Amino acid sequence: MAKLNDVVIKIATVNGTGSASANGLIMKSLFRMGIPVVGKNYFPSNIQGLPTWYEIRVTGDDYQCRSDRVDVMVAMNAQTYARDLAEVIPGGWFIYDSTWPRNTQLGRDDITIIGIPLSRMCNEHFDGARARILMKNIAYVGALAAFLAIDIDTITELIEETFADKKHLIASNMEAIKLGFDYARKNFVCPLPSKVAAMDGTKGHIIIDGNTAAGLGCLYAGATVGAWYPITPSTSLMDAFRTFCAEYRVDPETGKRTYCIIQAEDELAAIGMVLGASWNGARSFTSTSGPGISLMSEFLGYAYYAEIPAVLFNVQRCGPSTGMPTRTQQSDIISCAYASHGDTKHVLLFPADPGECFTMAQTAFDLAERLQTPVMVLSDLDIGMNDWMVPEFEFDEKKIADRGKVLSAAELEQMESFHRYLDVDGDGIPYRSLPGVHPKGSYFTRGSGHTKYGAYTEESSEYQDVVDRLLLKWETARSIVPEPEIEFSKFNKAAILSFGSSHGACQEARDRLAAQNIALNYCRVKSFPFSASIKEFIQQHEVVYVVEQNRDAQFRALLMLDSDADPSKLISLLHYDGMPLNAGFVVRRVLEEIAKGQAA
Amino acid sequence: MSYISKPKIQHPNARRNKLGLTSRDYEGAVSTLCAGCGHDSVTAAIVQSVYELNIEPHMLAKMSGIGCSSKTPAYFASQSHGFNSVHGRMPSVTTGANAANRTLTYIGVSGDGDSLSIGAGQFVHAIRRNLNMCYIIENNGVYGLTKGQFSASADIGSKPKKGLPNQQEPIDPVSMALSLGATYIARSFSGDKEQLVPLIQGALMHKGFALVDVISPCVTFNDHEGSTKSYAHTRKHYHNVVNADFIAPAEEIKTAYDEGSAMSVELHGGSKIVLRKVDKDYDPSSRASSFKYLRDRFNAGEIITGLLYIDEARNEMHDLMGNVDMPLSQLPLETLNPGNKELKKILSGYR
Ligand SMILES: Cc1ncc(C[n+]2csc(CCOP(=O)(O)OP(=O)(O)O)c2C)c(N)n1
Ligand code: SF4
Ligand SMILES: [Mg+2]
Repeated sequence: MAKLNDVVIKIATVNGTGSASANGLIMKSLFRMGIPVVGKNYFPSNIQGLPTWYEIRVTGDDYQCRSDRVDVMVAMNAQTYARDLAEVIPGGWFIYDSTWPRNTQLGRDDITIIGIPLSRMCNEHFDGARARILMKNIAYVGALAAFLAIDIDTITELIEETFADKKHLIASNMEAIKLGFDYARKNFVCPLPSKVAAMDGTKGHIIIDGNTAAGLGCLYAGATVGAWYPITPSTSLMDAFRTFCAEYRVDPETGKRTYCIIQAEDELAAIGMVLGASWNGARSFTSTSGPGISLMSEFLGYAYYAEIPAVLFNVQRCGPSTGMPTRTQQSDIISCAYASHGDTKHVLLFPADPGECFTMAQTAFDLAERLQTPVMVLSDLDIGMNDWMVPEFEFDEKKIADRGKVLSAAELEQMESFHRYLDVDGDGIPYRSLPGVHPKGSYFTRGSGHTKYGAYTEESSEYQDVVDRLLLKWETARSIVPEPEIEFSKFNKAAILSFGSSHGACQEARDRLAAQNIALNYCRVKSFPFSASIKEFIQQHEVVYVVEQNRDAQFRALLMLDSDADPSKLISLLHYDGMPLNAGFVVRRVLEEIAKGQAA
Repeated sequence: MSYISKPKIQHPNARRNKLGLTSRDYEGAVSTLCAGCGHDSVTAAIVQSVYELNIEPHMLAKMSGIGCSSKTPAYFASQSHGFNSVHGRMPSVTTGANAANRTLTYIGVSGDGDSLSIGAGQFVHAIRRNLNMCYIIENNGVYGLTKGQFSASADIGSKPKKGLPNQQEPIDPVSMALSLGATYIARSFSGDKEQLVPLIQGALMHKGFALVDVISPCVTFNDHEGSTKSYAHTRKHYHNVVNADFIAPAEEIKTAYDEGSAMSVELHGGSKIVLRKVDKDYDPSSRASSFKYLRDRFNAGEIITGLLYIDEARNEMHDLMGNVDMPLSQLPLETLNPGNKELKKILSGYR
């Protein structure tokens, strides 16, 4: 092992003790040294006192997923001591707070155990219980800096930036860093063989979480109305939107807001508000998670049938029911694709990282207004709440947003008569009029049976006319939604197909398998309905490993339903323990399937 | 200016409002409700109200949930946009619509089932936000459209057509609105258009949440002997405690009002509403005393009607949030994104 810039550090703490800023400090220091990093936060559904872990993967090879091993464990939580000890790979290091005697029955001969009296040192140097707890975290950052050779100047620079407004805290934080750093240097051989060194791998990149990126995307998409009901892991999306709006959406002259964020009484109301606002012509959205989608179902069917744009961010978490709210999954695929009763289906987008949360937020509004239907962006907890290193976002100022077929007052004035649901252009998308524009544009929006003219009906043929046209619109959607990312070589008969946050692990797995002479083609799906290229991709292969993070192979089912894929070709690799996917799982499962006799 | 989209048979000498429109221009499709249904009378009162208020049809938005009552927006103001939503969820749709465009006049029509059972949560929260809208409950004590089950507004002892009398405490939307902080609260009867029209007009011009609870008998399922929501029972027991006269902007108050019992309140856009107290003890500016009065009269078996509470001073939703006056939906998208240069600046904080 001991490859440069290839180390996984895991820090075990108790939630509510302020360790997040210490962990962020390590992440950012490495990033500023030019080293690619992956950060994952494993936190409980609780406010204070339960175990929490932060994992930092230093990946000079620039992989975008968590690792399947832990090299260095920082065990700051006595509660989880035993399992943390067990998790370190042979040859790894285990750092613990040696202030108190260690349970000697718990030991391992195949790793190096390093005791540092973090609490004792902090108790001696700092006053007040809270300060001592916080500084203990900073002290382990100092120790890690010594062990891994993290640049102290970079750490100093970050601390100075963080406390630019509270200068008195700079000295104490630096003192804590020094405590850990000096103790490690004095008592152990530093750095460890698994160390880091500055490189040039992060230029043009930022570190950001998907929810912040999506909130920023909504700002840039020109969203003005956000309605939501708090739910983990989506809450920080609307919070981010609010923060950006407070900065950029306040009229400098009057101090008045050009945005309206409403914390609804529940998710039913949240989506109702989104529909009301979209009906009136505003770009409007909600952010939620699985339980919220369940509650929104009736309205989603309404929006599909009455043809009202809506943008939803579903930051998926572990189901069923309340499930594990702070763990990740991709398990709302079917419930979103077919949300609501009757023949209903919805356009979905699958961002793979925060960068796509930013761009797809804008795509979602364009598609929703073009297609006059709900568009759901299916992010997940891993993307939404973890810090990802991604290329810096660009906003194309020349690209004109697509507001779809909306008639102006002048156009309405010219018209003999306006009929809301007529397919004038043959693409299944009718023209829309907004309230308050012109009396000729008036129509009655209803979820009950309607004719192509918008009138109430219970006549079979009139009803069928409209639902058949909606199918035509679905085909139009298929032709305009984002195309998949495909890597194809005609020499490969097998492929991996994935979507969303599974992408990074699949790419790393393909590299690892290729190193074993198993070359696999790749298709990363970005949207539903599935474009023709996905159907073709499946046809081109004998075996397609469909990687997804749910138990029931929901995506595979969707491929069969919507693109008529041959089920015998589609082999599921299902990961659903709530942890972000890693490459090791994909490699192991592919090898198992090959061993079972599936040709690769 | 006239916006007649489909030819209508108009009497050549028909009266026209300030926009040059006749009251027929504010009508809608032919009602499909049962003959004699109270809801049709409410529809007629709405037509007269908006006609007399000179509301430009395209500046009126008609919102509803599901039920016989919620169907009625199809039967008035055909030149206005309508949103017949899902059961009990009209308040949220109206909240979003209003968030996007605060310059429209919103009239919501709901039923006692729609607002007091499935939609009770949304009804409550629209009040809490002081959403600027006129909210009409066509209250018949039953679910008309699903064929006559008791609703939450059914009174104790009220008899159904078949089966046992209701034993559960009724939910009274007026008391609810009073305790929740609604800023305009009225009750009326579908059979009293003279009382109803000015109450709806005041509600439409009020800035904030205006509730008009209208006893609107269901002739098919709840108009029999023993029902407390029948025409006969309502006629017998309803008492108007505060008359309201609606005075359009620039119109003069012609009636000579009795000092002490009359109170004039200025509404949004320069119109006024003059309250004439029939019962001198009643104070329509005090929540606490109105609440007590209503409870006492309710316990005595009376149905109290009129403009029961008004507060023009409280801010409505947008003003509470400090939003711009212009409709958010009309802000050009180009002005809403801060541009690429600013994006670089924002992202520099993520390094
Ligand atoms: C989710 C849902 N559940 C049930 C129904 C069936 N439903 C239609 S109207 C109605 C009751 C309407 O009662 P009310 O609001 O009092 O209106 P009314 O017909 O009495 O005017 C019910 C239960 C529905 N449309 N949607
Ligand atoms: S069932 Fe009752 S509420 Fe419905 S239309 Fe008939 S009379 Fe009116
Ligand atoms: Mg009813």
